[in-house]
Amino acid sequence: MRKNKNTMAQMPLVKVNKLTKTYKDGDTVTPVLHGVSFEIEKGEFVAVMGPSGSGKSTLLQILGFLDGYTDGEYFFEGKLATSYNKDEVAEMRNKKLGFIFQAFNLLGKTTVLENVKLPLLYSQVPEKEWDTRATRAIASVGLSHRISHEPSQLSGGEKQRVAIARALIAEPSIIFADEPTGNLDSKSGKIVMEIIQKLNDEGHTIVLITHETSTAEHAKRIIHIKDGNIESDTRIHEQRKASLNYIK
Amino acid sequence: MQLKYHVKTAYTGLRTNKSRSLLTILGIVIGITAIIIVMSVGEGAENLILGQIEGLGATTISIDPGKQPQGPSSYAEIYTDSLKERDIRALKNPSNVQGLRDLSPMVIQPVSMVYGDETERASVVGTSEVFADITGTYPDLGEFFTEEDVRQKSRVAVLGFKIKEKLFGLSDAVGETIRMKDQSFRIIGVFPSDSASLFSMDDMAVIPYTTGQQYITGTSHFNSMLALAKTKEIVPRVVADIEATLRESHDITDPDNDDFNVSTPEDAAAIVGTITTVLTALLGSVAGISLVVGGIGIMNIMLVSVTERTREIGLRKALGATERDILLQFLFEAVILTAFGGIIGIILGALISYAAALVLSSTVASDWAFSFPLWGAFLGFSVSAAIGLVFGIYPARSAAKKSPMEALRSE
Repeated sequence: MRKNKNTMAQMPLVKVNKLTKTYKDGDTVTPVLHGVSFEIEKGEFVAVMGPSGSGKSTLLQILGFLDGYTDGEYFFEGKLATSYNKDEVAEMRNKKLGFIFQAFNLLGKTTVLENVKLPLLYSQVPEKEWDTRATRAIASVGLSHRISHEPSQLSGGEKQRVAIARALIAEPSIIFADEPTGNLDSKSGKIVMEIIQKLNDEGHTIVLITHETSTAEHAKRIIHIKDGNIESDTRIHEQRKASLNYIK
Repeated sequence: MQLKYHVKTAYTGLRTNKSRSLLTILGIVIGITAIIIVMSVGEGAENLILGQIEGLGATTISIDPGKQPQGPSSYAEIYTDSLKERDIRALKNPSNVQGLRDLSPMVIQPVSMVYGDETERASVVGTSEVFADITGTYPDLGEFFTEEDVRQKSRVAVLGFKIKEKLFGLSDAVGETIRMKDQSFRIIGVFPSDSASLFSMDDMAVIPYTTGQQYITGTSHFNSMLALAKTKEIVPRVVADIEATLRESHDITDPDNDDFNVSTPEDAAAIVGTITTVLTALLGSVAGISLVVGGIGIMNIMLVSVTERTREIGLRKALGATERDILLQFLFEAVILTAFGGIIGIILGALISYAAALVLSSTVASDWAFSFPLWGAFLGFSVSAAIGLVFGIYPARSAAKKSPMEALRSE
């Protein structure tokens, strides 16, 4: 176990090498990613930016083990993504990957507590720990007072905070956020981004997909994608500082 | 994921769509209800008939002329004249048949009965003085005829309840005279009503068999004989003795050539059992068709539900659900639905059967009793759960194949 940790420390959390993705629909072949390469270290906060159709969502699906790739290599914690079987992929999504969706994806007519507990249902975590963990996760997004509410009784921002708590509960290695502020007004969006930033400050690795510059500004590093290629990959320290000032 | 969470998740999913869930199971509910009613009423009818057969007495043995009918073509052989007076003497001889308590020959013929201006067609049954003892039915007005009447070929008659009412109305019949085949018969008794009985004497007039042979049928053979064994235990031996005696008396060596047929209430009960089983199976299979239709309904709605919940399925997969988890969730939804429908059907079926039993017992047969076949309830429950399994597997598989990327689609 210890040895394993050491190896993990030496290698990047995520490493993609000449990754390509082509969609086939009958005779029509649509290339989406043309050989993308980059690495993400543990604890990074990366924003992937690009116009719609640029391939950023496809990249997220591949990184999040929701879809396969056509060519190239994707290593997660040093292990090739294609070496996992179906059940191992499900276990990966459950244990190592957290998702925050644009459309929140909360179960209707189900309380905040039950929604947050959902990933634990598919995990090996003993049931007696579920409530404690869920309550802690809900408290960390500041929604303890809404714990027994149903999604229909919550505002958009609150819904997304529930989704963040759900993504946190299994203590994943990386959190993917797909346009988390896309369905929110700017005020709620800000609160959500502050929470995501706080998670990063606490050590969580975050990959954020967005087309809004204001949202991307919270990240430490911005990867611009256009037409399936990486256009630029920049680390932004000043902006990071600026947003820290903003929080104060 | 543990089984109880699958069940819990499935149950929650169903509760979220309460009214749809209830509509979905309607077909199953109706099917199971129908099956339970068929079974309950079928068993009630069987119990009623068997009760009446047993009411004849477990020691009653009937001897009929002709072969035991093996098929429609051999029914004609029932009408033979093989049973005669000499057979009675042979059977009544204790060295031939041991343990015989009573024996009564029977002649039966439909006749017109005339009293004043009234004419009614009914059966006249000629029998011996022990007939009342054998059937356990005694006149409640007047009395039954005696051995003396049989010997004397007396023209006396005991009337069934209904034929008495038809001829005499409310007025007294005992002591009056009716005419049958241009002979006058003095009424010496009237039977009480026994309309519910399988072998009702309501529409009969009972006379001494000697009188019947002389004045009504003009023949010397019998249409049937009723015998009574001393105890229930010796019935099989008495039957064997009767058969041996009749074979000897009729010079028959091969039992296949018997020109008579001896049967007990147990034989009759077995036949009734077969008939009701066949009828129940027939009606049950008709009801079964509605279960298949119900099952297809379930499949249909489940498929709609899977399509509608594509996003939920995608989310669950993105959060770590395996294909097996999703498959089991939807399979359990289908099974819980149909099993619940089965339970409702069983309860409804029992209630309706109970109501039917109340109605039947107050109209058709007063001794009709409500019976609820437990194995029928068990069968109904298992069948409905099995339907959920069979018709749920296809929608559940299509749910399991959904992509987790569905969760990423924006609304």
